[in-house]
Amino acid sequence: MERVTHADMGNAINMLLNLFFTFAKIGAFTFGGGYAMIPLIENICVEQKQWITHAEMMDVTVIAETTPGPIAINCATYVGYKQKGILGAIAATFGVILPSFIIIYLISVCLNSFLEISWIKNAFKGIRIAVGILILDAGINMFIKMKKKVIPCAIMGCSFLAVVLISIFGLNFSSILLMFIAGVVSLVMFLIEGEPSEKGGAKQ
Amino acid sequence: MIYIELFIGFLTVGLFSFGGAYAAIPLIRDVVLSYRWLDEEALTNMIAIAESTPGPIMVNLATYVGAQKAGMLGGIIATFAVTLPAFLIILLITVILRRFLEKNKYVQAILRGLKACITGIIAATGACMILKNVVPSLYKSTPNALPMIITFILSVMYFGSRLVLKNKISPILFIAFSAVLGVVVYGI
Repeated sequence: MERVTHADMGNAINMLLNLFFTFAKIGAFTFGGGYAMIPLIENICVEQKQWITHAEMMDVTVIAETTPGPIAINCATYVGYKQKGILGAIAATFGVILPSFIIIYLISVCLNSFLEISWIKNAFKGIRIAVGILILDAGINMFIKMKKKVIPCAIMGCSFLAVVLISIFGLNFSSILLMFIAGVVSLVMFLIEGEPSEKGGAKQ
Repeated sequence: MIYIELFIGFLTVGLFSFGGAYAAIPLIRDVVLSYRWLDEEALTNMIAIAESTPGPIMVNLATYVGAQKAGMLGGIIATFAVTLPAFLIILLITVILRRFLEKNKYVQAILRGLKACITGIIAATGACMILKNVVPSLYKSTPNALPMIITFILSVMYFGSRLVLKNKISPILFIAFSAVLGVVVYGI
């Protein structure tokens, strides 16, 4: 009896370490944020290690997109949980965070003194504009993928305008409040108008 | 106290950033600017660094802001706070809520609104960030020539390459190019 539980514990610890190091590797080598991680997670967790199935991977991607928080965290938590419950979820999530934490911490210690150097300062003047373009492009892409219904488009337009005005006049209005209003408006419109007919009209 | 502020601030970010890192940027901006943890310029620099280093952008930003304001412990608290909601929500969903989220039409209606809203917010945030580099202040509105040149070259390159190559330039490559451009244009 004793021996069996020991072996089980050994296996469990191995699995936890495996989860931790696998996700640490994923965290250390994916540039470009959560979306860039999805193909890598799929390759390692579905194809190589067979921790989860293709269908599960699709599911978790969809869930990750409809829930808040970093997508990489959502995926790591899910895979870890499937393998080893709560402890597995913690090991995988911790693994995926640790490399970037260390890298960013080191950068944060020395960035300010770097920025004193004039050519680096100039470089960042260029970079800041590039960042604006990347973010604008992310917004445009989300708009392209969005289903072009009247209400979502109206909400989008109003939000865009609101943020531009808030930013120009330096008003104090949080995006969270804006999102809250959008959620309520969307729900109320749904209650008034019913399902935005997609599959041949509303069924009742 | 700074630790509690960091925790609450980034917990809010983690809780409301539907749609990945880009959705989080406007929220992080809100939180960071309203607590006056960083100024706009420092924050934008940091977004660029978060994009060009590995790992989830949101986590990178949380670590950086936390570490800048309150050292190692600040970094740990902010990172912990930003990941906690996603962690708990996924556990909750895999264990019980799965059906509820996918099938409930009221939840879906709210999510539709949220996604549309965040799309607008993200696009506007990007547009305003570009604008602020070109026109530094609304009241002293003389557009600067140099940032305009940079904006023009970068836009043509970024959106042009999409049309020609039918493929996006990787953000890291694009940021690297913009850095070189900044050094050249401001250096001359």
